[in-house]
Amino acid sequence: MNPNVIELTSITKMYDMGGAEEVHALQGVNLTIAKNEYVAIMGPSGSGKSTLMNIIGCLDTPTAGQYLFNGLNVSDMNDNELAKIRNKEIGFVFQTFNLLPRSDALHNVELPLIYGGLPAAERKRRAKETLAHVQLGDRAHHKPNELSGGQRQRVAIARALVTRPSIILADEPTGNLDSKTGEEIMMLFEDLHRQGNTIILVTHEADIAEHAHRAIRLRDGNIESDGPVVKRKTFAAATA
Amino acid sequence: MYFWTEVKEGLIISFRAIRANKMRSVLTTLGIVIGIVSVTLMSTAIEGVNRAFDKSAAAFGTDVLYVGKYPWIANEDWATFRNRRNFEVYYASAVERQVTLADAVAPVVGTVKRVNLGNNSLENAFVTGTTHQFINAAGVTISDGRFFTSEESSAGRPVAVIGATVAETLFPREDPVGKDIRVGGFPYMVVGVVEKQGGMFGQFTADTRVWIPLFSFQNHFGSRRDVTIQVRVADLKKMEDAKIELEGAMRKIRRLPPGKPNDFNINQQEILTETFGGISLVIASIGLFITGLSLFVGGIGIMNIMFVSVTERTKEIGIRKAIGAKRRTILLQFLIESAALCLIGGLAGLVIAFPLSLIVDQFLPTAMPLSVVAIAILISLAVGVISGFLPAYRAAKMDPVEALRYE
Repeated sequence: MNPNVIELTSITKMYDMGGAEEVHALQGVNLTIAKNEYVAIMGPSGSGKSTLMNIIGCLDTPTAGQYLFNGLNVSDMNDNELAKIRNKEIGFVFQTFNLLPRSDALHNVELPLIYGGLPAAERKRRAKETLAHVQLGDRAHHKPNELSGGQRQRVAIARALVTRPSIILADEPTGNLDSKTGEEIMMLFEDLHRQGNTIILVTHEADIAEHAHRAIRLRDGNIESDGPVVKRKTFAAATA
Repeated sequence: MYFWTEVKEGLIISFRAIRANKMRSVLTTLGIVIGIVSVTLMSTAIEGVNRAFDKSAAAFGTDVLYVGKYPWIANEDWATFRNRRNFEVYYASAVERQVTLADAVAPVVGTVKRVNLGNNSLENAFVTGTTHQFINAAGVTISDGRFFTSEESSAGRPVAVIGATVAETLFPREDPVGKDIRVGGFPYMVVGVVEKQGGMFGQFTADTRVWIPLFSFQNHFGSRRDVTIQVRVADLKKMEDAKIELEGAMRKIRRLPPGKPNDFNINQQEILTETFGGISLVIASIGLFITGLSLFVGGIGIMNIMFVSVTERTKEIGIRKAIGAKRRTILLQFLIESAALCLIGGLAGLVIAFPLSLIVDQFLPTAMPLSVVAIAILISLAVGVISGFLPAYRAAKMDPVEALRYE
């Protein structure tokens, strides 16, 4: 059994900007992420981190290179096959939460299971279970606008978790939250990691990235550095 | 199995979306409402005209041939039969003797007279002079009393059989049988009333007619009139043979040498139904085309609003795609929404059209047929699916990355 969830080999992504102009968002990225890793992908805007996240999340396909997801070659899958991978194997958490505004928390969490074709009773049971897991069991029938930012992000995390995906892909998950709430969300991610989930965190904030155990820095479409996270806080605490 | 889950989810989403944009949904649906109202009313009216015609045509009887000097529906120039000789009363007895396939033969003459009882009067009643054979040679049924007898007929007694409208006008509250009325000023006793027919052609319906013995007619209203001979064929299956036999008999009666063309025509109900069928098909096609245009405009409205809806919900589409909605799922979701909009419009249209069809009913014998209801529902669904397709397709093929980035 391959322990690597994600294997990227010389992944290139080019955008045609009209005319002869082309933007090389990724220029031959090689990256391997194993099961139960907690990885932060960092880099300034324009570094290609969004593009990399979209490719890892199967929202987009690379121009060249090979992407193996759980040993499956994703790089030449069609739209529907990608949709299936996203549905079953990837849990997205977005900066702006991206909940459906007219649906209550329970329905939002249930949605991936609807697309997965689960029977209604099973869906409800699992959605409730997952909401309880993020301490929102009592908010199941609240609409997103009746919830606080932190609660919304918890609903979004529950939605990402409910299909028991291979990876959780979080794009600036604390970007729209105050620092205290952000900290709570990061604690939740840490719990999830301890429970065996593979987490990929995309951020440009160094102190958020510190929660991860491995940091990948991108610059101009290339990986600039890849290594374990140096915990500044613990270092500072130790020297104080 | 997943398909139905998707349909159910699609229905939930569309009703939420429709509820969230009430005003917009109502205004857009209005186009479909108007379209469905006009199409259903048009089909109801066409159905009504056809039914009215069938009723009127039934009065002629399918097994009755009408021999006269003119054709009912002329394809040639009027000049070719303008100078034809009048038909005489004695033709009827000659035809009766010679045509073996005939069951009953009656000579018929007619004119328009005032029929009255005191102040109750019908100005333009069709007065028909005929023999007692008529009741066997026509498609009318007596509802009250009887037709006149052969004795009354040959003696020219002043007795009359009246149509339903005549009876209602002259005797609003009493039984007409046995009462005296005046036909063109002359006293006649009512012996029978003919069953109500309805129908659309005032002059063809039996309701405004009065039948009197032929000799009484000739005494009071003159004898130099053109006669029509009504022949009922005994066996409907031998209709064509009977026509050939009748043609031969008529040529003999009219003393036509071989080679000379007929100077008479054998008419039957079929000629009317065929001609009318053609006309009504043309009217129906044009009518439905014109009213269909309003439905088309309604469909364009739906397409437009669905494009707006898809654009507004780009982000939502992106979210759904990110968490695993396939193209088909998104396509289905928007098709269901546009079909649901149109279906609501169609049902509202039917609710409005039904009372209006009752008003049409005052003029034409019709009610909204169930087939029209079913077709209207199917049409509104079809309009929804067709006009929703392009917007739904655009939504389905959206790139998830760009859709998610949309604000």
